[in-house]
Amino acid sequence: MAFIPHTAADVAAMLATIGVRRIEDLFDEIPAELRVKSLAGVPAALNEMEIGRLMSERARRDGLQLSFLGAGAYEHHIPAAVWAITTRGEFYSAYTPYQAEASQGTLQTIYEFQTMIARLTAMQVANASMYEGASATAEAALMAVRANRKSQSARILLPRSLHPHYRSVAHATAANQGLRFEELPFAADGTLDRSALARYESEDITALVIAQPNFFGRLEEVDALTDWAHARQALVIAVVNPTALALLKPPGEWGARGADIAVGEGQPLGVPLSSGGPYFGFMTTRLEHVRQMPGRIVGRTLDVAGHEGFTLTLQAREQHIRRARATSNICTNQGLLVTAATIYLSLMGAQGLARTAAACHARSRELVAALTRVAGVRQAFAGAHFHETVLQLDRPVAPVLKALMSRGILGGLDLSAYYPELGHALLVCATETKTSADIERYRNALGEVLQAARAA
Amino acid sequence: MSAREKVIFEYSHPGRGASDQWPHELPASALADLPAQLRRAQPPLLPEVGELETVRHFTRLSQLNFSIDTHFYPLGSCTMKYNPKACNQYAMLPEFLARHPLAPESHGQGFLECMYELQEMLKAVTGMQGVALSPMAGAHGEFAGVAMIRAYHRARGDLARNEIIVPEAAHGTNPATATMCGCVVREIPVEPSGDVDLEALRAAVGPHTAGIMLTNPSTLGVFERRIAQVAQVVHEAGGLLYYDGANLNAILGKVRPGDMGFDVIHMNLHKTFSTPHGGGGPGAGAVGVGARLLPFLPIPLVGRDGERYRWLSESDLPQSIGRLSAFMGNAGVLLRAYIYMRLLGREGMHQVGEYATLNANYLLKRLQAAGFDAAYPQRRASHEFIVTLKRQARELNVTAMDVAKRLLDYGFHAPTTYFPLLVPECLLIEPTETESKDVLDAFVAAMLQIQQEAEQEPQRVTSAPHTMPVRRLDDVRAARQLDLTWKPTAQP
Repeated sequence: MAFIPHTAADVAAMLATIGVRRIEDLFDEIPAELRVKSLAGVPAALNEMEIGRLMSERARRDGLQLSFLGAGAYEHHIPAAVWAITTRGEFYSAYTPYQAEASQGTLQTIYEFQTMIARLTAMQVANASMYEGASATAEAALMAVRANRKSQSARILLPRSLHPHYRSVAHATAANQGLRFEELPFAADGTLDRSALARYESEDITALVIAQPNFFGRLEEVDALTDWAHARQALVIAVVNPTALALLKPPGEWGARGADIAVGEGQPLGVPLSSGGPYFGFMTTRLEHVRQMPGRIVGRTLDVAGHEGFTLTLQAREQHIRRARATSNICTNQGLLVTAATIYLSLMGAQGLARTAAACHARSRELVAALTRVAGVRQAFAGAHFHETVLQLDRPVAPVLKALMSRGILGGLDLSAYYPELGHALLVCATETKTSADIERYRNALGEVLQAARAA
Repeated sequence: MSAREKVIFEYSHPGRGASDQWPHELPASALADLPAQLRRAQPPLLPEVGELETVRHFTRLSQLNFSIDTHFYPLGSCTMKYNPKACNQYAMLPEFLARHPLAPESHGQGFLECMYELQEMLKAVTGMQGVALSPMAGAHGEFAGVAMIRAYHRARGDLARNEIIVPEAAHGTNPATATMCGCVVREIPVEPSGDVDLEALRAAVGPHTAGIMLTNPSTLGVFERRIAQVAQVVHEAGGLLYYDGANLNAILGKVRPGDMGFDVIHMNLHKTFSTPHGGGGPGAGAVGVGARLLPFLPIPLVGRDGERYRWLSESDLPQSIGRLSAFMGNAGVLLRAYIYMRLLGREGMHQVGEYATLNANYLLKRLQAAGFDAAYPQRRASHEFIVTLKRQARELNVTAMDVAKRLLDYGFHAPTTYFPLLVPECLLIEPTETESKDVLDAFVAAMLQIQQEAEQEPQRVTSAPHTMPVRRLDDVRAARQLDLTWKPTAQP
C-alpha cells in the first residue's frame, strides 16, 4: 500500500482527533467540479517481485555491447567502493544541507570536492556542482556577462568544435537573457581557426569559450588563445575533461594569466553512463569572481564553541534570498554525484588519475592505428589528440554502424548530421576499459563490413 | 552522533594509494606525442590514501548526516518521503548503467519503453497533454516552463508579453526563473485567508502579462480555492498559467493541475515520486503542458511508432525551446520515478494525497491541542501546514530557529523555518504519507518538551543543538573569511 504504514485503527484514531468522519472530508475546500474522475492512464500496482522481473527483462533487452562511443560521456572503471558508499542511506536519502549541524557529512564531502576540483583545474574556488557539462557551460556564459564589467556586448564566442549539444544548450539557456553567441570555425587540422579571430580584433567581446580537448579530440593551443582573449578584455571560459587534466595543462595555468572560469562534465569521475544522467557539471573560477558564481558553495567556519565546521555560504547570491536578482535559479544540483566523484578522486589520487588518462590516450592511439589500417578508413585531422578521434570512411557511416551493431559493436558516433562539411565522418573513442583484443575485434569487424559494402 | 572527522587530505601520505584501482603504469613514451607546452607541469594535489582509509572516512562522514533512512524529516515544501530501495536497485541494473546516451535506439528499447510509459503516467496524474522528462531539477523545469510560455507568445507575434506574476509567498525559484527567461517579475499580495488577492490580480494583468506562476496548495499550506477564477482572469488577459509542482504530493490522485486550468507544470520527481534527494540532488523536473504548448516542449522526448520507441528531436518539434542538457537529463532518476509509479499503481496514486493530507491534519490538530498556534487555524491543512512561534518569541525570547535546532537534539530533522517570509517565526511542517502515527506522536511529544524547556530553562533551547557533531555555526565568519578549499597552511 504505497509505503503507507497506517493500520485501520490508526486511521480511525487520527480522524477522531481531527474531528472528521472520513479522509475524504479533508478535501472539502477543493471545489467538487475539480476533483479527479479517473487515473485510467496509470496501470495497476506491481509488487516488488513483479517490478524486479519487469525491469530485469527490459534491461536484458538493451543488453551490453562493446562500445567505442564517447562524445561527451565516457566509459571508465568505477571502483566498487564508490557506489557502495554513495548509496548508503545517510548520503542517498539526505536533504540539501540547509540545517548545517545535521548535515556535516554532506557539507564536508562538498568542501573536499571543491578542494579537489579546484586543484585539478588549478583555479581558486569551486561551487558544489551544476546539473551537467552543457548547462554548466551555459551558466558560465551567463556568469561571464556579470563578471566582465569592461564588456557591454554580452557577446560570447563559441567554437564550432565545441560539442554540438553544448552549443544548443547554451542557446536554449541564455538567449532569452540577450546573450549573443557567435560561432568560430575550425581549421583544416580540426583546431579552432585562429585566422577567424582577426575580425574580432577591435570588437567588444565578453568571453571566449575554449574546449580542451575539443569535440574532435584535438588539442587546442590554449596559451595563445587565452592571451588573445585577455588582450581584448574578454574572459576565457575553459571547457575541460577532468580525466585529461591529470596530463594536460590546467585552465588556471593557460596563457599568462590563466582562464577565468573552468567548467566541464564530471561524469568521467566515477559516474556510470546511465543513458545520459544523472551526471554533474563542475565550475571553478578565480576568487575575485566568486560572488558572480551560480549554485551552492560550502565554506569552513567555526561554531560557537570555536570548533571547525562546514556550512553553505555566500547564500546572498542565491534564489531563496535574492529571488529575482539571484545569479541563477539553480537550487537542487547533483549532490549525490559529487559524493561519488569525491570518493573516486580519493581512490585514484593524482597518480591513479594520470595512469587512467595515459591508458585512455594509449588505447585511443592504438584504436586509430588499427582502424586506419583498414582500407577506406583515414584519420580526419593530424596533430595531437586526447581520448577520441574523427575518422573518415569512403562511404556513408550510418549503414556501417548498423552492420557493426549486428556484431555487438557500437562503433562510434556518426557526425554527418552534426558536421556535414566533414563528409562520412565517424567519431571514435577508447578509454582504459578497452583491451587490445577489443580493438582487434573492432578492426576485423570494420574490415569485413567495409569489404562487404564494396562487394555489394 | 559521532565525533568530527578529519578532512581527507589530513590522512594523506606521499606514496600511498588505492593502487588496485589504477591501470598499469605505461612507459613515458606512451605520451610522447602530447606537445610539452600542453602538458601539466605539476600533478594536482589530490589525497594519497588507501582504499580502507577512504571507505572509513566517507562512511564516517555519512554518519554525521541526518537522512530519511535514519530520521523523521518534516521539512515543509520538500516532501521527504521514504525512497523505496527497489527503485534504486532496479535502476542500477548493469545494462541500464552501461547504456551510453548516444547508443542507438535499437539498443535502448527497454529503457525507452520505461521513459515512454513514464511520460504517459505523468500525463494521466496531472491531466496534461504532453510531458518532457529532460529538465534536471525543479528550477530547471520552471525554466523550461517559462521559456515555453515566452516561445508561445512570440510564435503568435505577441511580443510585448514579458511580465510574470507571482504571489508574494512564492518559492524564490519562481522570480529567479522569470529573470533567467528575460521576464520582469510582478508580485501580488495574498489575502489574510491565504488565497490570492483576486482584485490585485485583476489590476496586475494586461497586455504585458506573459503568465502567472502558482503553487497549489500554496506555500502557505492551503488550497487556492478560487483557482478557477484565477485561471479565468489570467486567460482572459491573454496570459498562461504555470503550476509549480513543489506541492503536488498534496493533491496526487485528488485534483489534477490540467483540470484546474494550468497550461504548463513542472513536477519535482524527487518529491512526489520519491526519488532520493541525495544531499542536494540529483532531482528531476519533468514538465507537462496543455495543447497550446505542445509544439514548444524541450527535446528530447520519447515517441512511439507502432511497437518501436524512438527519440523525438528538432525535426519532430521544430518550434521546441531546444535542448536543456547534453543528453536525456537525469535518466537514472527518471528510472527510479518510473519504478516508484509502477509499484504504487493507480490505487497507490490516490492514497498518496489522501494519507499525506491525513498525516498533516492530524499533526496540526495535535500541535494545536498542545498549545502551538497555527498560522491559518480556520483552514484545512493540505499536505503541510504552518505553525507560528510569534508568541513564544515575544513572551519567551525563543525563536523558530531555536526550536528547529533543539528538535535536532531530539532526533528530528527541523521543519522548514522562516519560509514563507510573510508568516513571522514560522515552521512549515510536512510529514508525508510514509510516516506512521507513532512517529507523529513522538514528534508532538518532543515539541511539548521543548515548549516546557522554553518556559523553564530557555537557555537550553536558545543554545541548541547540544548533541550534534557541531554547535551553531558562525555564518558571518563563513561569508567574510572565505575558506572554500582546504590548504595545509590553514591548519592550526
